[in-house]
Amino acid sequence: MRYLPLTDADRRAMLHSIGVDSIDALFADVPEAVRLDGPLPDLPLHASELAVERHMTALARRNMVAGDVPFFLGCGAYRHHVPASVDHLIQRGEFLTAYTPYQPEIAQGTLQMLFEFQSQVARLFGCDVANASMYDGSSACWEAIVMARRVTRRNKALLSAGLHPHYVSVAQTMARFTGDDLHSAPPTLSAETDLPALLAAIDDATSCVVVQYPDILGRIGDLSEIAARAHEKGALLVAVVTEPVALGAIRAPGEMGADIVVGEGQAIGVGLQFGGPYVGLFACKEKFVRQMPGRLCGETVDAEGKRGFVLTLSTREQHIRREKATSNICTNSGLCALAFSIHMTLLGEKGLRALAAANHAAASAAADRLARVPGVALVNTSFFNEFTLRLSKEARPVVRSLADRGILAGVSLGRLYPGVDALAGGLVVAVTETTTAEDVEALAQGLQEVLA
Amino acid sequence: MTINQSGWRPERPESDAANARATFTGNRALMLEEPLIFEIGDSGTTGVDFDAAPAGGADRLAGLGRTAAIGLPGLSEPEAVRHYTRLSRQNYAIDLGLFPLGSCTMKHNPRLNEKLARLPGFADIHPLQPVDTVQGALGVINELAHWLIRLTGMYGVAMTPKAGAHGELCGILCIKAALEARGEDRKVILVPESAHGTNPATAAFAGFAIENIPANADGRVDLDTLKARLGPDVAGVMITNPNTCGLFERDMKAISDAVHAVGGYVYCDGANFNAIVGRVRPGDLGIDAMHINLHKTFSTPHGGGGPGAGPVVLSEALAPYGPLPFTARYADGHIRLIEEETVGEDHPDTFGRMAAFNGQMGMFTRALAYILSHGADGLRQVADDAVLNANYVLRQLEDVLEAPFGASGPCMHEALFSDAGFAEGFTTLDLAKALIDEGYHPMTMYFPLVVHGAMLVEPTETESKAAIDEFIGALRSVAKRAKAGDPALKAAPQFAPRRRLDETLAARKPVLVWKAPDLPAAAE
Repeated sequence: MRYLPLTDADRRAMLHSIGVDSIDALFADVPEAVRLDGPLPDLPLHASELAVERHMTALARRNMVAGDVPFFLGCGAYRHHVPASVDHLIQRGEFLTAYTPYQPEIAQGTLQMLFEFQSQVARLFGCDVANASMYDGSSACWEAIVMARRVTRRNKALLSAGLHPHYVSVAQTMARFTGDDLHSAPPTLSAETDLPALLAAIDDATSCVVVQYPDILGRIGDLSEIAARAHEKGALLVAVVTEPVALGAIRAPGEMGADIVVGEGQAIGVGLQFGGPYVGLFACKEKFVRQMPGRLCGETVDAEGKRGFVLTLSTREQHIRREKATSNICTNSGLCALAFSIHMTLLGEKGLRALAAANHAAASAAADRLARVPGVALVNTSFFNEFTLRLSKEARPVVRSLADRGILAGVSLGRLYPGVDALAGGLVVAVTETTTAEDVEALAQGLQEVLA
Repeated sequence: MTINQSGWRPERPESDAANARATFTGNRALMLEEPLIFEIGDSGTTGVDFDAAPAGGADRLAGLGRTAAIGLPGLSEPEAVRHYTRLSRQNYAIDLGLFPLGSCTMKHNPRLNEKLARLPGFADIHPLQPVDTVQGALGVINELAHWLIRLTGMYGVAMTPKAGAHGELCGILCIKAALEARGEDRKVILVPESAHGTNPATAAFAGFAIENIPANADGRVDLDTLKARLGPDVAGVMITNPNTCGLFERDMKAISDAVHAVGGYVYCDGANFNAIVGRVRPGDLGIDAMHINLHKTFSTPHGGGGPGAGPVVLSEALAPYGPLPFTARYADGHIRLIEEETVGEDHPDTFGRMAAFNGQMGMFTRALAYILSHGADGLRQVADDAVLNANYVLRQLEDVLEAPFGASGPCMHEALFSDAGFAEGFTTLDLAKALIDEGYHPMTMYFPLVVHGAMLVEPTETESKAAIDEFIGALRSVAKRAKAGDPALKAAPQFAPRRRLDETLAARKPVLVWKAPDLPAAAE
């Protein structure tokens, strides 16, 4: 077996040195009644690299690859071009096969990268501080709600109708067990966000308002007013960003007064990967730092006075505080944070702005083209790289028909909100720098045929 | 943005006869210092070229255009490649040497897995594509799920949890949902004092009260004490098996039976499954839920702190409550994704969704490739070699390091030592830092909490005998120095990229992001 270096001679010598005559003796504590006496039956035995590759490649071929077809899906996961050097660098063994940096003297590579990542995320989000990553956007969103409860000592959270339904669903699952009082509703197919309604709903019992920016339908709303109202009532504003590239074009939530900004970092550096692993981004105002979940990397000096970095404020965390920890999170998403950070470093501010501009221009052109298709209406007046179309037919079967024609047309709101009839005609279309004019034309033609 | 070098390199001493070890750069040959991107990059520099964008009309950004500077430095590609390559060289890694971190299972990460996870058919598909267009991806999930069920002897598996602690939460929520379905409001989860910190943190997060159960003299859960505490208020127990002392809980089945007898459930922390895969099935021990860290037993890379994946195998009693979404294969081979839409008919008792989308697909492909490479026979050999290596370490070292449970019999995949016999004032930390100078990542320290100055050594099965012998030699050497009170140990590490770091300073005045040095707040 190619991954197991011991030879039979080694094994015999080691058993002899231990003072037992067989490997079974080392499993003596396992009661005989439950001991397996050989490999489990009816399962394949070990296989060559070639055989495994053949098997897995056959499975991979049964998927329709985004890069092979006109592709328009978004809704929390975006297809962007990732420079080749990103994937090369994250595969350096010293990054790929390192552990969580508990021994800072021999983990400065990971630690400095995390410090840079935290700094990049804080600046992108317009916040003071950021942590070293969460599992993904949805878990970061829930952790933000829990953190707001800790800060305000209130447990009523208002979730915007524009928050990703999976994020709402995760929060509802958790709240069922923690007793948090969540208020949410599905969105309406209109150009206006639900910010005015949320504004009116904030009261003295509210711990936080959770607003996605841009929202699930791609709409963009100014967060300044709702931040001010939340603060007036002693509540926090939690902003959720599922498409961080947007912040190369539109104002950061932190600049508009958001107290906690969380997000999904997948769009930068990570790739689609059928939904995971992704990387949760978590940033906030400095005054809340000791209430943050997750790992934090901080600057310090070593015994010779040289600058170095360590994991810090760990008295918030489970391995120290156990049942009193701010979160149970341990492993986070370090390698995806590295991919995010490298891609962001390659972009820099200039590149991020250019990338965002390219996305917005492509999406604008696509929205105009698609709105000319008979039976298609553009819902949004504001958007970044993703917008919602109202189709004259139910969108789910349209999406399936277009997939049969080799076009991945977008995300039907029927998939995200099953049972909400008013949304059944909604199709959310994402357009990035990877989308060509030919792709848009193929979608327009396809829609025209399927809707006719 | 301007380049700031004063922040990281206050002095540039000239090398001369009086200062022979100083260099102008601060570098030591291949040991290279590297500034922050904020100190070498510039917001006007980019390493990415773009095609000409289509000419756009007015923007549709609701008047919210970002006009103020963001402050993100950019590097050209050669600069970026060099920056990250230099950083990488300041890390220890499995690729460099034995990584004896107990309970973390730092084994070799096969590169085949990396290659396969990057096939466009897995890496470039969207989680919300129509299910007919992702049958291969669902096939991977389904096939891995089948293996996990068979290897553990359990009834079902929840694939979506994103890491071990997330898996723990999944299992605990299943228990809570099952109790709710029975109309019972049990408040207490029993946790052995040797448990991972995530166990009590998870149970507390789900609203349970935590009670510790003590270990007996041979490092295991005390069955009688546990039985005495069981009652109608106990929702369940969270037990790690093999436990964090590196020992198999001999009474596991009896513990499960006792917990079940009072209507509770048994959660097993599966962090240490590597020791028993193919040797014993948790399902045969009466376990109701157990997470499996794919980044431990099944070799997906730790990546400097994740991403992980924590599928949870479930008993028949808990499986109905498991989270959405999951896959179901039909007789015609078609695989469905059961999510919110059809949940009413397919999975009515689910506690809901734990995360967006469909789980850690990139980890599933790697873990499945690992499992297929080993097969049923190879996986059993994994456990055998992991346990053999740990026992070899235990017996080769017990004359120089105290092994608190060494006399009670063989260990499983990790060997536990204490700091008994160290010279006055010398600690486990000193020994660990001396190991760094020997070229090793230290073992897990001060965990489990039940042993004073604990050192938990897990060599894993992917080390050769020669590599283990070398490590044993190094550990013997530093152990003798700790017992003799060698003052040089206190100064270790001396040869790493950094000496001991001031963690107190970092926590007292946290500097968590880079700030331009001309801002007052950056002075610290």
